[in-house]
Amino acid sequence: MNATWSRFNITSIVLGFAFLYLPIVLLIVFSFNESKLVTVWGGFSTKWYVSLFHNQGLMDATWVTARVGLISATVATVLGTLAALTLTRYTRFKGRVLFSGMVFAPLVMPEVITGLSLLLLFVAVGLDRGFLTVTLAHITLTMCFVAVVVQSRLITFDRSLEEAAMDLGATPVKTFFQITLPVIMPAIVSGWMLAFTLSLDDLVIASFTSGPGATTLPMKIYSQVRLGVTPEINAACTILIAVVAIGVVIASLANKRREVQRQLDEQAAQRG
Amino acid sequence: MSSAAVTTASASPATNAGKSALARLGAAFFGRLVIIIPYVWLLFFFLIPFVIVFKISLSQTAIAIPPYTPALDFSGGISGFVAQLKQLSLDNYTWLTQDALYFNAYVTSVIIAAISTVLTLLVGYPIAYGMARAPATIRPTLLMLVILPFWTSFLIRVYAWIGILKPEGLLNQLLLATGVIHQPLIILNTYTAIFIGIVYSYLPFMVLPLYSALEKMDYSLIEAAKDLGCPPTSAFWKITFPLSLPGVIAGCLLVFIPAVGEFVIPDLLGGSQTLMIGKTLWNEFFANRDWPVSSAVAVILLLLLIVPIMLFQRAQARAQEMDR
Repeated sequence: MNATWSRFNITSIVLGFAFLYLPIVLLIVFSFNESKLVTVWGGFSTKWYVSLFHNQGLMDATWVTARVGLISATVATVLGTLAALTLTRYTRFKGRVLFSGMVFAPLVMPEVITGLSLLLLFVAVGLDRGFLTVTLAHITLTMCFVAVVVQSRLITFDRSLEEAAMDLGATPVKTFFQITLPVIMPAIVSGWMLAFTLSLDDLVIASFTSGPGATTLPMKIYSQVRLGVTPEINAACTILIAVVAIGVVIASLANKRREVQRQLDEQAAQRG
Repeated sequence: MSSAAVTTASASPATNAGKSALARLGAAFFGRLVIIIPYVWLLFFFLIPFVIVFKISLSQTAIAIPPYTPALDFSGGISGFVAQLKQLSLDNYTWLTQDALYFNAYVTSVIIAAISTVLTLLVGYPIAYGMARAPATIRPTLLMLVILPFWTSFLIRVYAWIGILKPEGLLNQLLLATGVIHQPLIILNTYTAIFIGIVYSYLPFMVLPLYSALEKMDYSLIEAAKDLGCPPTSAFWKITFPLSLPGVIAGCLLVFIPAVGEFVIPDLLGGSQTLMIGKTLWNEFFANRDWPVSSAVAVILLLLLIVPIMLFQRAQARAQEMDR
């Protein structure tokens, strides 16, 4: 394998990753810039982080975003897992094509369409735009992403485990909670995290479905970017990136530990 | 779900036959709920909204809250419904054909999305190929590194490019300092900036399906071709590329479809000079507060994308069948 890992391959990977990461690195570097200009280095400073914490509007928006993200990711994970079970376990029922269409289409649907259509639904049923409507909209969008993540794990799931449990007298419900759920748990966790970050991230759908008092952080950042690029926005973005990066690292470490534990268990079981 | 658990659990001392019958009943109930809950949710929050968009695209603009005259209101009974049918108008659609702005926006969006998709494929293919040929031990790390930017905010990643592409930005500073250019390049607020933004933001969507197709490939085929005297370039076009085609199709659709309706990238990087339909819809809705016209714009955009979306869904279903 090493012989085919040629210079061309290494170069394309290095250039590709430089392209992916350089803009983010520059953004983080310039959040510590003393100068008010985002592109001219004027010395190290953390003053933009200090002024960030005194910006009440930004702090309120952060709080709204965190709550919307936590609630919508949790509900979306439940719904998305159910949708994934439906897609993998029930291959024949009326309206299956429609169902899989409704799960896959939101993944690629332009956000302006999803946002507008959800807003018109909320107006039609007389729901006031605000915290609830943004949350409902985010659940709808992110549950489809959760469904795809969980589904890819369910496809490779060894169903003889479930059959064994049911042969030994476990009810289907008990089998699900004691056998299936623990096995697909890593996929459910990464589905939750994906849903949370997508919700944290969304500007377009939130702008359509949100109302007064429910301004999310991306909406706030967007309205400030339109007025001009400032190091304060860089600082806000850096904090957001740090939160997500820490979350991803913790999740992958936990996954790795579980994997090691599982291997140890298997070895112990083999030794008898 | 809990009631199913109770019925089946209380049946445990029963005979074997009765138990399995009850278990089957419990499974059926559990199974039905598993289908019904997400199904109803998606029907209500995904499908019905489109019907409403279509309905409102046929109604008249009005200065009111909400700013349109309701069409197809069932409260007036059948006679009222028939009267309203006569009031439905295609005015909004006629309006879209009369103003060249909309037609140009649709065409430009499709062209920009198509060019960006090809560019993303050209940038993404070598990366995915290099990853697939990497030593197996570092492949998970490389995969993680491709996925990681996807977790950071889309808005932030687009915003980061403003500081780079500005006339007094970092790219121009670098090029001026090294003497490559003597006049700052104007990139921000042009179509070039939109291309860069789309390629950058959607690159992971292209690399991931390409990688999963290339990783499954059997590389002894290439070696066999080489042994038989096939030059590397024609081995690539005759073996590697055709085998990676499912990944190419999935990646291209994942980039093309959302890129056509993209709003954030043309708005932040394209400035006011560039024309894309996502931005047109946004302005129609937020600046002009014309809900019926923006609904009509959305309906046409959806019709434009329905074929690629169905292709995407078929590709997904086929990939799922193959994994089984």
